[in-house]
Formats: sequence, structure tokens, C-alpha cells
Amino acid sequence: MKIASRIAAVLIGLVAATAAQAEVTLLNVSYDVARDVYKDYNPMFQKYWKQKAGEEITIKQSHAGSTKQVRAVADGLEGDVVTMNQANDIEFLAEKGLVAKDWAKKFPNGASPYTSAMIFIVRKGNPKGVKDWSDLAAPGMQVILPHPKNTGNGRNSYLSAWAWALKQPGGSDRSAQDFLAKLLKNAPLFASGGRDATTTFMQRKIGDVLVTFECEAELIAREFGKGEFELVYPSLTMQTEFPVAIVDKVVDKKGSRKEAQAYLDYLWSKEGQENAAQNYLRPRDADLLKKYAAQFPAVKTFTVDDVFGGANKAFLTHFKDGGSFDQIYTQK
Amino acid sequence: MTTHSHRVLPGFGLSLGYTLVYLSLLILLPLGGMVLKTADLGFAQVVEIALGERSLAAFRVTFGASLAAAVVNGFFGLVVAWVLVRYEFPGKRFVDALVDLPFALPTAVAGITLATLYAGNGWLGRWIEPLGLKIAYTPWGIVVALIFVTLPFVVRTLQPVIEDIEAEVEEAAASLGASRWQTFLKVILPAIFPALLTGFALAFSRAVGEYGSVIFIAGNLPLISEITPLLIISKLEQYDVLGATALAVVMLAISFVLLLAINGLQWWAANRYTNREPLEAAAGRASAGAAR
Amino acid sequence: MSRSRRATEEPGWVRYGLLATGLGFLFFFLGLPLVAVFVEALAQGLPAYLEALREPEARSAMGLTIGIALAVLPCNIVFGVAAAWAIAKFDFKGKSLLITLIDLPFAVSPVVAGLIFILLFGAQGTFGPWLAAHDIKIIFAVPGMIIATLFITFPFIARELIPLMQSQGKEEEEAAISLGASGWQMFWRVTLPNIKWGLLYGVILANARAMGEFGAVSVVSGHIRGETNTLPLHVEILYNEYNQIGAFAAASVLALLALVTLVAKTVVEWRMKKETAMLNTVLAPEKTG
Repeated sequence: MKIASRIAAVLIGLVAATAAQAEVTLLNVSYDVARDVYKDYNPMFQKYWKQKAGEEITIKQSHAGSTKQVRAVADGLEGDVVTMNQANDIEFLAEKGLVAKDWAKKFPNGASPYTSAMIFIVRKGNPKGVKDWSDLAAPGMQVILPHPKNTGNGRNSYLSAWAWALKQPGGSDRSAQDFLAKLLKNAPLFASGGRDATTTFMQRKIGDVLVTFECEAELIAREFGKGEFELVYPSLTMQTEFPVAIVDKVVDKKGSRKEAQAYLDYLWSKEGQENAAQNYLRPRDADLLKKYAAQFPAVKTFTVDDVFGGANKAFLTHFKDGGSFDQIYTQK
Repeated sequence: MTTHSHRVLPGFGLSLGYTLVYLSLLILLPLGGMVLKTADLGFAQVVEIALGERSLAAFRVTFGASLAAAVVNGFFGLVVAWVLVRYEFPGKRFVDALVDLPFALPTAVAGITLATLYAGNGWLGRWIEPLGLKIAYTPWGIVVALIFVTLPFVVRTLQPVIEDIEAEVEEAAASLGASRWQTFLKVILPAIFPALLTGFALAFSRAVGEYGSVIFIAGNLPLISEITPLLIISKLEQYDVLGATALAVVMLAISFVLLLAINGLQWWAANRYTNREPLEAAAGRASAGAAR
Repeated sequence: MSRSRRATEEPGWVRYGLLATGLGFLFFFLGLPLVAVFVEALAQGLPAYLEALREPEARSAMGLTIGIALAVLPCNIVFGVAAAWAIAKFDFKGKSLLITLIDLPFAVSPVVAGLIFILLFGAQGTFGPWLAAHDIKIIFAVPGMIIATLFITFPFIARELIPLMQSQGKEEEEAAISLGASGWQMFWRVTLPNIKWGLLYGVILANARAMGEFGAVSVVSGHIRGETNTLPLHVEILYNEYNQIGAFAAASVLALLALVTLVAKTVVEWRMKKETAMLNTVLAPEKTG
């Protein structure tokens, strides 16, 4: 009986929720490991907004793979804001007319409130002496990374290695592709996602090095213990961005533009930036970056715009069918 | 649709009509929509997508692993169903309930758990890998995942039919001198064969489409351990919905033809059995085998 | 066990061989994974396990999962019985084709199953603009999730019943009708008792699949926390967030739901026993007559 009444309550609640929206509700459509960030951020913003505008606000979260999420938004998922981990995903929404064409200029720092970097995780004591990308392509090395074509994490790893090879003396697209071919040969498998790659490396003890986001290292430490692995920062790596945007079509329909704008603006506030830093994401705020310097060692990074002329171009050249990744496997 | 004989039983029009309407609304209309959508792409391009090197390799892996899993389940599923219906042993009810586990467990959890079990340091992998057989992150891993995911189909289609075999038939056969093995071959197997084929067909077709569990244990290497549903996801990750539906339609067409063939066979087998001779004749046939 | 073996039983070594094969197979392929799920879920002890299940989002996911299953099952039961009746008891042309069409949802990858409903009801889909104009939400809301689950579980009950009803033939029903029973009387008194196990297995399978389905539902759900997340979706999100305990705890709940079979079967068996005892005294002359 209890269960039945609970089910009834849930179903009625759902109907009611869609029928009447008395107070302001924002839906933040986000990528899948962002929960920790927004779990702390949302109450902070609610408090701030109550003080500033005297308005109660409800914030709902949706998390799944970045590309899957933007496709859902294009298909009618009514997210007021999107907070993603691939710029080409927001570009896709801009093409569909749901997001302003100049979305990257609507907020500071290319609309990415915080960043991370692609790094290596090796076993305790670094037994294979991994120092840089070149080691990953060395014979006998086993590299674990998520699927380079289908996942954001894998794509960033791939592009980081590519950019490194390109910047070597005499580097060209040709030599970079050859380098990637060698590196990918060292992958015994392509994990289905970032989390799966971690499980494979940490729990199943497969591979010598795991390529992943710097911010994942803390999550890994929490799950598997800090002493189990070491971080290695390569000589050059990608500064990964986490772009955000307002979904114009939705906020105009719902009349929630003011709140959506404030919600994203607040990400650049001191509190918002500090929250990012506490979740091991590199804040844009220089003071905070200094304050948390211990967890963010200096590393030479590049941006996708620098090396590849934008996220969308990188996507089209390397990860579209027939792109450089496919060529590695089909051109012999 | 025509009928051969005068019908005694009621409800044909109602039940068939309802079946057709429900089927059309829920299955045919959406699938038809998908096929039509693919037509936007043009036939030549669909063929190009389907016959690409990686697509072909993925089709081979997908259908091959599905067939292997269905065959394994056909055999072991029959044994399991038989044991569950005919024999008594402690904990039988629990074991019986366990059979449904693969459906209730989310496929991702199944995949993660199986990969952990069969990885080199897993409970099973640590015994298997020293023998030179790698399961996790090879095509064998795909077969293992598919066996897990589709086992209930075979067991659950066979169980009610085995329960339904009347003891008199077996007794008659035995009293006429048929050995147990002959009774099984000549009396029991023909009775359960249609259900076995059904279970096989269902397991096979479900295996072909399975994605969630496989990607965690397959390894997903291009040309080696990539399944077709992964290529569909890959197209979606490129915002290429049309390409994804094209692959899906090709897959659906292949499955449809295979299913149609299996169902035709199943129907033929069932008719042979239901238009059966009186019990004595079946029993006699079995005992004739005994005399031979 | 008496020493002289009955003629309708297998020799002892065959029995034990089959038992060992069947149970061994189940142990390796089903038992060990089940144990592994619980080992992961309980890795930090019972309190952490229970804590994970007390989370409001886990609870709302459970409620939604059960709600969707309750909405889906009756539809598919009615369809399954109707389809099996038409197919197993009557002859008509195109039967194999019809069965194959019923099987089709199994052959459709769950990912694609979600996609086809997006193509129909999504904002860029066939009926999308019309639905938006009338403010009807199907996709990324509960109705869409129910439709996707209906699709995925569509064949189960029908497919369970068709071979069973085929093997039973139609003599008993014909006898009932010729003795003057009405269609419904025949159905309740003859057909239903005959197909009870098949129907039960079908319902249990469809239920397990409805609750455990991830792929199709994930495409149409929108993943809104506490609102359109079912238990399997919740599991995936937790796993991706490095909340292994939470993920496997939620998964273990689904595994336990599979064991509900145990209860359902026992109850049905018990009731059937009572009923057949009653029927035997009341209907015995009619049935043999």
C-alpha cells in the first residue's frame, strides 16, 4: 500500500509538475560527471538569487553524455541552460538555432567558466617511467583511454597527443597521424567512457598508463585511494573547456531569461569559481588559481582554437566518418 | 486472410483485429517511419554506409557472436529448463527465480560485472587467462555478455512446454519398450522443438541489438571487436541521425529475414507435431525405434 | 529413491550429469555475477548500502520504475493473450509473417528503439511541431518512457504463450464450446488455467525487462534528476560519478526485483492448487464427458 501510494504520488507529482509551474524553475542540461560541481553550486545560487532578486528558484539537473544531451535539447528537452564539456556540442545547438551564433562571446573566457587538462595516471612509483606522450607510443606500453572517436574524454586525449606530435621538430599532420597510429596500437581496448576507463585501469589492473582529465584524478583518489597511483603531467597538453550557454528558444518561451543569465553569470563569481576549484577544476580567477596552486601544478597547455582552429573544425577533421581516426584503421 | 475449415472457437476476429491494430500503432508505424526517414538518404548512400569496411566487420562480429550465444543458450537453456521442471533439489525455487536476473539487471551493470569477473585479475579471468584464453576485451567477451543477456529467453519459453508434456505419452512409450533416450528423441524432443526454436530465435534477435552490456566487455577496437550498435552510437555522436537510422534499417532487414526463416521452420515443426497421430502411434514409433 | 528406476525417468548418472551441467552453467553465468553485484554494493558495509538507497533521488527512481512497469504490463497482457489466441488456435495465411512482426522489437537495438520515437515525437520529428503547438509532452517525459518500454516489452507475453497454446491444441476449448459454454466461460475455465504458467512467465519476464531496460528509455527520458530518471538510468549516472556503492546498491534492488518471481510463483501455485481442488469436484463430470 505504501509503495502504491508513493507511486501514485510520483505520477501525480509529475503531471502536476508539467501542468503548473508556479515558481521559477531552471533546468540545467549537463554532461555526466558534472553532478558534484552543480550539487554544491545550485544551493549557492539559490541563496544568492533569493537575496538579490527576492525570488525562490528551483533548479533541476539532467546529466548524461555531452553529445547525447545536446541532441536531446534539439529534440525538445527544455533545458534553460546547457553546461557541456565539448564546444562542438554547443556549436551544434547554434546551428539548429536554439543557441545564439555568438554564444562563445556571451560570457567571458569563451563562455567556459573553468578548465581542466588532459594528464596521465600511472601506477604507484611509475614503474614504466612514463614522462611524456612519446612514451605512450613506445613498444610494450599499454595505454588505456576511452573510445577516441565516440567520447569527449577520448577525443581530448587524441587531440592532445596529436598537438604534441605536431609541435615536435619536423612535425606535420602526416607525422602526427603516424604517431597516433603507433599510440593507438598500444591500446588493448577502447573503454566506453571515462569512468569505464578508470575501472579498467584501477580495478582490473589493465594497462600502464591511463589518459584522463586532471579533475577525474580526485574522483579516482576518492574511490580507490590516493596512494594507489601517481599523476604525470606531459610537456604539452590540452586545456579542456567546459562551455556554457543559454538556450534562447527555451528561455524565451518560458520567460526565464533573466534567471538563466544570472545562473550562468554567477559561475564567474568568487563563490562560483571557488566551488569549481574545490571540485578540482581550474578556475579562471587568477587569485584563486594561486590559492589552490598545490592541486593545480603549472603545465604548458594549448587550446583547441590555437592548434586546430576551433572545436568544430577539429571534430570534422578527426572524428567525422572518414576522418583521421578512421584513416588510421582503414588505410594500410 | 482465408481459413481452411469451419471454426468452432470464438473470438478470432476480435483477437486478430486487436492484435493487428496494436501491432500497427506501436511497432509498424514507428518502424515504418524510421524506414521512410532513411529513404531521405537515398539507396546508394545506405548501401555505402552498410558496405563500408568497418560496417562489414561489425556485422560479422555482431551476427557471429549472437549466433554463438544463441547456440550455447539453446543447449544449456534446454538442460536448465529440463532440470528446473523435472528434478527436485534444494534451493530449486531460488535457482528458478535467478533465471530472470539478466532482464532485471540493467545491461550496463551486467557488462561491468562480467568484465570485472573475466578480466585478468577477476574471479574467473585469473583461472582462464593462464590457459591462454582471453575473454574480457576480445570478441569472446561479446559472446559471454550475450549469453548472459539472452539466457532467459530459451529457458522461459521451454519451461511451460516441458511442464505441459503429459506423463501418459512417456509412460506409453516406455511401456512399449522404448529406452529413455529413444523416448526423448522421438516423443519429447518433437514436442518441445518448436519452443526451443522460438527461444533460439528470440535469443538471437535480442543479442543482435544488444548494446549496453557488450560495450563494457568488448574492447571496442575497430575491425576487431566493434559491434553494429556501437557504430550506430558513433554516428549519433557525430550528430548523424540519418546515418544511424540507415545502419539500424539494414540491421533490422537482416534480422527480419533471419527471424522469418526461423519462424517458418518453427511453424513447420509445430504443425508436424500438433497434427500428431494418436498417443499410441507416437509411443509405437518410439518403441519401433527401440526394436531396431 | 527406490532402487528400481521408473521407466519415465532418466538413469541416475544422466540425472546427476544434467543437474550438474545445468546448475554449473547457471552458477558461472548467473550466480557469480549476482554475487559480484552484491559484493560491490556491500563493499563498505550495510550502513553505506542502506544510506545509498535512502537517497531521495534513488527513491523517486524506484517509484518511477515501478510506476512505468505497472502502466506497461496490463497493455501487454491483453495484447499477448489476444495475439496468442488468434495465432495458436486458428489457421490463416501469413501467420509466420505476423509472428515475425511481433518478434521485431527484440531485433531492434534498444538505442534505436528510443531513436524511432524521437523521430516521431521529438521537436524535429514528424509530429513534433503539432505536439508542441498543443503543449503535449511525450518525449523527455513519462509518456515517452512508457511508450518506449511498451515497445521493448511488446513481444514477451505473446511469444511466451504462442508455443504453449500451439502445443496444447484446441480440443479442450472446442469441447467446452460444444458443451454450451460461452466464449468467456471457456476462456476463464479452460484456456486460462491451461496457460497460467506461460502467462506468469511472460508477465515476469516482461516485468523484469520493463524495470531493467536502459537503452531505449535513456534516449527518451531526458535524465532529469528526481523526475525522469528510472532506476537503471540512476545506476548509470551514479557509476559515472564514481559512486560505485550507490550504483551497485541500486542495481542490487533491481536484482532483488527479479527474485520476486519466487514470491509470485509460490502464490500462484498455492492458489491454483486450491482452485484445481475445487474445480475437480465441481467440473469433473463435465470435463471428462
